Amino acid sequence: MVAGESPARRRAVALRTAGGMPALRSARTTLATVSEPATTGSTPSSTSPLLDIRKVAKSFGKNAVLRDISLQVAEGEFLTILGESGSGKTTLLRIIAGFEAASSGEILMAGERLDNLPPYRRRVNTVFQHYALFPHLTVAQNVGYGLKVAKLPQPEISTRVQQALDMVKMAAYASAKPAKISGGQQQRIALARALVNRPRLLLLDEPLSALDASLRRQMQVELKSLQREVGISFVFVTHDQEEAMVMSDRIALLRLGELEQVASPREIYNRPATAYTAQFIGHTNLLSGEVKDGVARCHSLAWRTGLRDGPGLFSLRPENIRIAGSSSGTAIVRFRAQIMRQAFHGATELLQVECADGLVLSIRAASRESWTGDVDFEFSSADAVPVRASEKN
Amino acid sequence: MFSRAYRAAITIPPLLWVAVFLLLPYALLFCYSFWSVSSSQEIVHSWTLDNYRQLVQVNVYWQTLARSMGIAARVTLFSLLLGYPLAYYLSFHAGRRKDLFYQLVVIPLWVSYLVRAYAWKTILGSDGVLNTLLQYVHLSSHPLDFLLYSPFAVVLTLTHIYTPFTFLPIYAALEHIPRNLVEASHDLGASPFQTFWRVIFPLSIPGVLAGATFAFVLSLGDFLAPLLLGGPSGIMISNIVVSLFGAAYNWPLGAAISFCMLALVLGLLFLSESLEKKWSFR
Repeated sequence: MVAGESPARRRAVALRTAGGMPALRSARTTLATVSEPATTGSTPSSTSPLLDIRKVAKSFGKNAVLRDISLQVAEGEFLTILGESGSGKTTLLRIIAGFEAASSGEILMAGERLDNLPPYRRRVNTVFQHYALFPHLTVAQNVGYGLKVAKLPQPEISTRVQQALDMVKMAAYASAKPAKISGGQQQRIALARALVNRPRLLLLDEPLSALDASLRRQMQVELKSLQREVGISFVFVTHDQEEAMVMSDRIALLRLGELEQVASPREIYNRPATAYTAQFIGHTNLLSGEVKDGVARCHSLAWRTGLRDGPGLFSLRPENIRIAGSSSGTAIVRFRAQIMRQAFHGATELLQVECADGLVLSIRAASRESWTGDVDFEFSSADAVPVRASEKN
Repeated sequence: MFSRAYRAAITIPPLLWVAVFLLLPYALLFCYSFWSVSSSQEIVHSWTLDNYRQLVQVNVYWQTLARSMGIAARVTLFSLLLGYPLAYYLSFHAGRRKDLFYQLVVIPLWVSYLVRAYAWKTILGSDGVLNTLLQYVHLSSHPLDFLLYSPFAVVLTLTHIYTPFTFLPIYAALEHIPRNLVEASHDLGASPFQTFWRVIFPLSIPGVLAGATFAFVLSLGDFLAPLLLGGPSGIMISNIVVSLFGAAYNWPLGAAISFCMLALVLGLLFLSESLEKKWSFR
């Protein structure tokens, strides 16, 4: 799913799902600006958002876990809240679900206040990290719990439970107890239990983190296609950036309680707004240098840029550096470096090279048996993306 | 890993202890229950079922046993009614004060039973605290005599003493319930009351059964509370057994009643355990 897809197909999918225009638009404008507000959101649809989070903040005592979060979720969107542990992503999810109250700010769903409702009155359902299935009820009773509590007639409950179980391919386990089924199966039941209530928004709190790698990859695909099929908005929380890129229409990167960047996976990867974003998602080389008179200089590398004079920080992805070819031009930066280390990754390898002036770079190149002596490399100046510095802590 | 000799050596002391201090006395008691006492106050070692027949036919014995069971049932009911809300509050709503409140509930267990029973005597007596207060606020014009030396006093005192015994297993069961189940229930649309009834209470039933068993079995065999506070109408079966082994000097009959009680309690424990298994994690 991740390594096998061709770039062309990925582009096509992204255009279809994220509404590609914003991605292209912001690519053109990035070169002219140094900093971009992180929370532009680049909402794909023009209709009003399903969920509107306005300036939500949360502190536990003196500990500020979330600061000034403003985010919108569109209808039918798959949004991932991505962050390290301690970033506040689970807290944000719990505030949307209603298990915590925000210290300040408000949340609206379809224009009406959501945050003054208790969790049992919100049209929002959650898939918990450890599934939280009721051990004393059968699988079918678990799935039908929300319907039973809503006092729906029994025949309707039975039908809808059957449909939900078919949707997650667990119909054969209807009368089993949760203790008797595997982790992956429990996760599907948790999903069915949430979806059977036809919520307007589904929240998923790292639901795949307890699964092993191959099952996890399989569930990523299934969850994504399920979301497409059902058509409701999913808000997915994870710390795994690869998972986020595979599944999301948009990623909201959270760091220490603040949104670093909210954009489609493609845009976040190609046009990271900050150094943290560039390093957290994928690998990158961070080049710090100086911009003067329209030229950016970093050690012995120099290229033309439209940025204002001043210090500059640039993100250059290892795969955008290639072996120097015969083409030339002002937009191409050439340099010579010596290979210090190579790490074989199968089809490609990651090289660590050192330039004459001591600059160390990572380069991803097609695998070659051996590299000897100094090699000429080049990259396009457009691939050196200017990023904001991130505070260290 | 351990040699057979070693394993034999370490199991012998506990087995010996159980045999000498548990099985042997019970066996002796069992034998006594089939003997009788002669008119000259001597134990006659001839086998007879007379003692058991007396237990069933003579009114005072089986009526006292029935009254004891009634008192035990009431004590169990009231202890559960007090212990469950207490455990629920502590487990779900006490927050930071949880440990403090827990200590407050458990500490009375360290106070001597005798002291607590005497305290109730002081409260319930005709010159006691409660009567004085009632007359002072003119709720009654003379001391209420049913307060002390009655089954009421026995039930009240035993409820006070055995509520921590119902509280502890219920609290343990409630603490074991993962909090994300409560959140999941809320998330699916169940109000706090519905969540309690559909999720929390069913998962706490093993604790309720354990607590009920403690309270019932312990109060059934209790003899201090009826002795101090029961009066003539509050006598329980254990008082009868005590007097049969003492002043009334009819050891065989005492033994027979004791054995009945033992069989009853064993039956209850067995029933309770099989119910608990059926309800645990259902």
